Amino acid sequence: MRNYNFDVIIIGGGAAGLTAAIYLSRARVNTIVLNEGTAGGQMVLTHEIANYPGVENISGYKLAGTMKKQAVSFGTEIRSNIRVTGMKLDGEIKTVEVNDKEIYSANAVIIATGGKSRTLNVPGEEEFKGLGVSYCATCDGDFFRDKKVIVVGGGNSALEEAVSLTKYASEVTIVHQFDHFQAFEHAVKEAEENPKISFIMESRIAEFVGDEKLRKVRIENQSTKEITEKDVDGVFILIGYVPNTAKLRDLIDLNSAGEIITDANMRTNIEGVFAAGDSIQKRFRQITTAVSDGTIAALNAAEYIHYFKTQLQAV
Amino acid sequence: MLDTNLTHVNSEEEFSKILNENENVMICCGRMGPMCVPVYGIMEELENEYTNVKFADMAFDSPHAHLIRNLPECRAFQGLPFTVYFKDGKVVKATSSIQSMDQIIEILDAEFTKVEA
Ligand SMILES: Cc1cc2nc3c(=O)[nH]c(=O)nc-3n(C[C@H](O)[C@H](O)[C@H](O)COP(=O)(O)OP(=O)(O)OC[C@H]3O[C@@H](n4cnc5c(N)ncnc54)[C@H](O)[C@@H]3O)c2cc1C
Repeated sequence: MRNYNFDVIIIGGGAAGLTAAIYLSRARVNTIVLNEGTAGGQMVLTHEIANYPGVENISGYKLAGTMKKQAVSFGTEIRSNIRVTGMKLDGEIKTVEVNDKEIYSANAVIIATGGKSRTLNVPGEEEFKGLGVSYCATCDGDFFRDKKVIVVGGGNSALEEAVSLTKYASEVTIVHQFDHFQAFEHAVKEAEENPKISFIMESRIAEFVGDEKLRKVRIENQSTKEITEKDVDGVFILIGYVPNTAKLRDLIDLNSAGEIITDANMRTNIEGVFAAGDSIQKRFRQITTAVSDGTIAALNAAEYIHYFKTQLQAV
Repeated sequence: MLDTNLTHVNSEEEFSKILNENENVMICCGRMGPMCVPVYGIMEELENEYTNVKFADMAFDSPHAHLIRNLPECRAFQGLPFTVYFKDGKVVKATSSIQSMDQIIEILDAEFTKVEA
């Protein structure tokens, strides 16, 4: 194992993590960002951002690139596409193990692991990804011209994407687990009024079936448990986001949705461990709110490090 | 042209040149969307590590993208990006839609012998 020592380790390099890095390294706090995916997180998944104040219109990829450049220019080290293979968050020295072969230690940690699209986790889903199963209607919609598709979900994205898919598909069926939708009334109305859209409520996809590509799905009625088969060319899974906190389950306090519980200073229940962005318990998940959380977490972490170092000197 | 730091394949001539001049080639054909960008990011990250592989991208909507889109190996593909791995100019593996770092490394290690730096 190789060992590296920093003042602060930021786990996750999205808007929240990169903002925290900018603030910390600018304050000359020795900082590293350990990021499992592409630096920028969900920002890089966004075609166009039009609500980030001060920037009229920008691609998420560009905004993420600028944030990354800013953090690096102030001295942050960024490691992307790594795997976090272990964490010890309690005690004065916190450690993060990477790729089973490197150990990073620091006195403070900021967790900014964000969130990701929820998957169904049913047989065939992974096998037919890209061969009929999709998580992005904007990306893959045009592969389904005059084809039959299903949209799974009942929130705003599912209903809006179902309507947009009618531009390509011959029929769109919305499969939703409840008997009502969680979307805005106008989105529900628009979907209901579209002649190409039909609904299968209180049901879930139990299995994806096909050969070289997806051919049909097995749908289970939630109340009767009856299984029916439906021929289909594509299935778009738009069932919301989950926080990336699975690895933290036994390490810090999470709520029942798996979100990290913090106070207004972004402190978790463990001293020296802060959290920011989409992975924390909060109502609105936007780049602006992630940036705000990252700032607060960084300033508090810097104060904590300062306190820590002055305490040590006093001893 | 895609907004990445990878080598871009901008024409049929460039496509042939890359395949002729490199034993191992990975080409990701996509757009600047949520399923494609993470794959470009992983390729940029792996470029320094896999010096024996030529990493390149191609815009899915460019006129020469038929070179990838119409490959028999991509016939059933319905998700961006289309990522194709070539050895000595021949397709050895092709994937559709987003892939993780681990999935890409598994293919690179299986298809191309890694040269230790
Ligand atoms: C399609 C889409 C469009 C959007 N459009 C907008 C918009 O127009 N305007 C707006 O303000 N907001 C928009 N949002 C929301 C916004 O992108 C997010 O709220 C924001 O980017 C969250 O930032 P974050 O840093 O908290 O998390 P993320 O961006 O999710 O970043 C977290 C990072 O941590 C990494 N990670 C995860 N687990 C680990 C681990 N265990 N170890 C290390 N690293 C890990 C991830 O790979 C990722 O890179 C959009 C979101 C999506 C999906």
